[in-house]
Amino acid sequence: MTVDWLYTTFSQLFSFIENTDLLFLMSAILPIGIIVSLMAANAIVMVYAEMKISAFMQDRVGPMGQGPGLHAGKFGILQPIADPIKLLLKEDTIPEVADKPLFILAPFIIFLGAIIGFLAVPFNENVIVVDLNIGIFYIMAVGSLAVIGLILAGWSSNNKWSLYGGMRSAAQIISYEIPAGLCVIVIIMLAGSLNMQDIIHYQSGGMLNWIIFSNPFSFVAFFVFFICIVAETNRGPFDISEAESELVGGFHTEYSGFRWSIFFLSEYANMLIVAFVAATGFLGGWQSPFQDFMTGPLWGTFWMLGKVFSLLFVMIWFRWTFPRLRVDQLMYICWKVFIPISLINIFGVGIWTILIG
Amino acid sequence: MSEFVFLVVTSVTIISALGVVLSNQLIYSAISLLFTLFGIAGLYVFLWADFMTGIQLLVYVGGILTLIIFGIMLTNKISSARLSQTNMQQGIGSVVSLWLLIVLSLVISKTNWYSVSSSEPVSTVDKIGTLLMTKHLLAFEGISLLLLGALIGAAILARKEI
Repeated sequence: MTVDWLYTTFSQLFSFIENTDLLFLMSAILPIGIIVSLMAANAIVMVYAEMKISAFMQDRVGPMGQGPGLHAGKFGILQPIADPIKLLLKEDTIPEVADKPLFILAPFIIFLGAIIGFLAVPFNENVIVVDLNIGIFYIMAVGSLAVIGLILAGWSSNNKWSLYGGMRSAAQIISYEIPAGLCVIVIIMLAGSLNMQDIIHYQSGGMLNWIIFSNPFSFVAFFVFFICIVAETNRGPFDISEAESELVGGFHTEYSGFRWSIFFLSEYANMLIVAFVAATGFLGGWQSPFQDFMTGPLWGTFWMLGKVFSLLFVMIWFRWTFPRLRVDQLMYICWKVFIPISLINIFGVGIWTILIG
Repeated sequence: MSEFVFLVVTSVTIISALGVVLSNQLIYSAISLLFTLFGIAGLYVFLWADFMTGIQLLVYVGGILTLIIFGIMLTNKISSARLSQTNMQQGIGSVVSLWLLIVLSLVISKTNWYSVSSSEPVSTVDKIGTLLMTKHLLAFEGISLLLLGALIGAAILARKEI
């Protein structure tokens, strides 16, 4: 479902429309609409999953009240519907001393970064909004937009907790971008392309051809990359930027209602994007784990989403089982452990490719 | 359609660039710079320079602009300071820039531009990589030495003992 395909389909379907600009606009806006609804649906599902999984991990029951058979339902299945309604009905407050334009702008910048990241994400062999030549590099590049939004949110609130949260998250994201980028270089070295679909095609032919299993260094690189992307999305155990016990709520302390929910929508969307990158880069994307077993576009989507949501489950698992790191531990792990390991990985993959192939 | 998008991109670039030089708060200038850099990345898209677009976003938006905003936030009381964006030399400055504008437009309109009629390039990444590793290898290594020096310098400056 590239934009080009939509354009040709639309021009055949609506042959009575003479205006090609209108057709182009339609084929450009439709994917954006789908992406925004995907982001919203993902946030709703993830919020519910997070509540339930955390509850089971801590031997609680989680939300039970909402759902069929009110106050008797077992799963609280309507909780994720009740939450957005509550958020949308809340009063939208802007602090008097806040820097008003920047306070309003900050959630939009984060949201924009999340939306445009999805443009280069492949869902199966045909469905990708724009098959960019620089796909994986583009996603890494627009991912850095979130930092600016976080800093702005923290600064414009004019609140010391928010400012600390914003600065911590900026330091954290900038630092963890380096080892994550170095691990992406491993993918690029092996696949020989920045294009997402080319990277996936390189890994065709079963599980053993996936980049994660192609040599010992790329196996290590996958785990380094995964931990780095968890840190980059400000998730626990790396969520020092919104550490409730020290910073109230971090950068979003002063936000409420819809603006606050935009932050969380974008956080879950960013988790989804980085999980897509990890699944594409190391786990074979939409390829089936067994050579010719259950292949095809629909199964491709199934495998892709299966891999992505398994990774997201591990992220939730991380959050509810590890204690939060201190700032100095966080920086120590990034600069003194992950960056040397990633550099050794690049070197090792190079040597391995030359000697063993 | 592409003319319209081009107009939008260029006007965003120019208006936000004006915001950078005219706003009297440092943080607003930095935020305007965000949109300027985005607009320039958009101009690279129009030139089929896909790799340059990515680099522009990664290095300037993700790296340099973040550091600028970080610096502004860490500086005490800078948010309350109102910068004066006017000074005594405004008259001379505008004359000089007007002159530059006239000269540049004359040069651009009078030059007999050499136009290449080739199809749009498929990917620029391979060519950039090959050139960096062959023809411009010395410059590439020189830059990496420079960056290493800057990194060590920053580490030494940030050390507590000094």
